[in-house]
Amino acid sequence: MLDYLVPGLLLATCAIGLGKRQEPYGKLLSGAGRGLELVKSILPSLVLLLTAVTMLRASGAMELISGVLTPVFSFFGVPPETAMLVLVRPISGSAALAVGAELMTTYGADSLIGRTAAVMLGSTETTFYTISVYFGAAKIQKTRYTVIAALLADLTGFLMASLTVRLFFR
Amino acid sequence: MVMSWIWLALILVATICAAITGRGNELAAATVDGAQKAVTLALSMTGSLCLWSGVGELMEAVGITSMLSKLLRPLLHRIFPGSKSDPRLANALSGNICANILGLGNAATPMGILAAKRMVSKTSPDVATNELCRLVVLNTASIQLIPANVAAIRLSNGCQTPFDILPAVWVTSICAAAVGLGAAWILGKVWKDA
Repeated sequence: MLDYLVPGLLLATCAIGLGKRQEPYGKLLSGAGRGLELVKSILPSLVLLLTAVTMLRASGAMELISGVLTPVFSFFGVPPETAMLVLVRPISGSAALAVGAELMTTYGADSLIGRTAAVMLGSTETTFYTISVYFGAAKIQKTRYTVIAALLADLTGFLMASLTVRLFFR
Repeated sequence: MVMSWIWLALILVATICAAITGRGNELAAATVDGAQKAVTLALSMTGSLCLWSGVGELMEAVGITSMLSKLLRPLLHRIFPGSKSDPRLANALSGNICANILGLGNAATPMGILAAKRMVSKTSPDVATNELCRLVVLNTASIQLIPANVAAIRLSNGCQTPFDILPAVWVTSICAAAVGLGAAWILGKVWKDA
C-alpha cells in the first residue's frame, strides 16, 4: 500500500495539473531547477560539518559522548548512538543532516540506529533557528515560554522516534 | 557567530580526544574523508531533492495546497481563535501549515512570518502573544507528509525502501506537535510576565 503512495502522488498531481491546463511538466522542471539551487546552497555547510563529524567519529569522541549519555538514553529507550544527533538537532539543520548521514553510513540505513536517526531527522525541526527567524521578523523581545514548549516537542519527537521504530520494525 | 563557535567546539573536541586516544592518523585522514563524503552525499541526494521540489511546485500550482488548507480551517480556528475574525490571518496560517506539510520550506516561512506579524499585540508589541507562541511552536515541530531529504539520505546509504519510515515519521511528528501545543496552552494559562 505504502509503495503506491509516492507513485500515486506523482500520477495524481500530473493528472490534476493537465486537467486544469496548468502545464505540469513545466512546473516540475522549474521546481527541479530550484531543487538544484537548494543542493548548491547546502553543499558548503555539509562539507564543513561532515568533516567535523567524521573527525569526531575518528577521534573516538563520538563513542565517548554516547558512552557518557548511555544511562540517560537507555533509561528512555533511545539508542545512545543517536546522542550527538539529539544534541545538534535543535541548533543546526545541516549539522543534524551530517550527523544523521554519518550514523546511517556507520550503522546501516536499515539498522535500528539508522532508522531511528532518519525518523528523528524527519519529524523535528531546527528549533532555535525557527524561533529566531519568526520572533526576529515580528520584532518580539519577550518570547516567554516558547523555547520550553518547543524543546518539549523536540524531546517528544526523539522519544517517539525511538518508540515507533521499535514498534513498527519488529 | 553561533556556527563559528559550534564548529570550533567540534574540531577542538575531536583533536583533544584523538590526542588522548592516540588516533592522530585517523583524525588526519578524517579531514579529507569527511569533506569528500559530503560531496558524495549531496550528489546522491540531488536527484530526489530536485524531483520533490518539482512535485512541490506542481502541487502548489494545481491547488492541492488550497484544498488542504480548506480541510484544516476548523482545526486552525481552534488553535488560533484570532483567525476567525481575520480572514487574512487565516489565509496566511493555513498557507504556512500546508506548505510545511507538503515540504515546501521556501513557501512556508514567508507565510508564517506574515501570520506572525498579524498576531503581534497592539498594546505591547515586543511581548509574544499566546497565539504567536503557539504558531512558533507549531513551526518548530515539523509535520511533513514526505520528508524527501531524509529519504534521499537513506537511499544514498544503500537503503532499498527509503519510504518505509513514513508511518513512524507521521506518528512521531504528530505526537511532538501535540505535546508542544499542549505545553504551550498550559504554560500560556500559568505564565506570569515579570
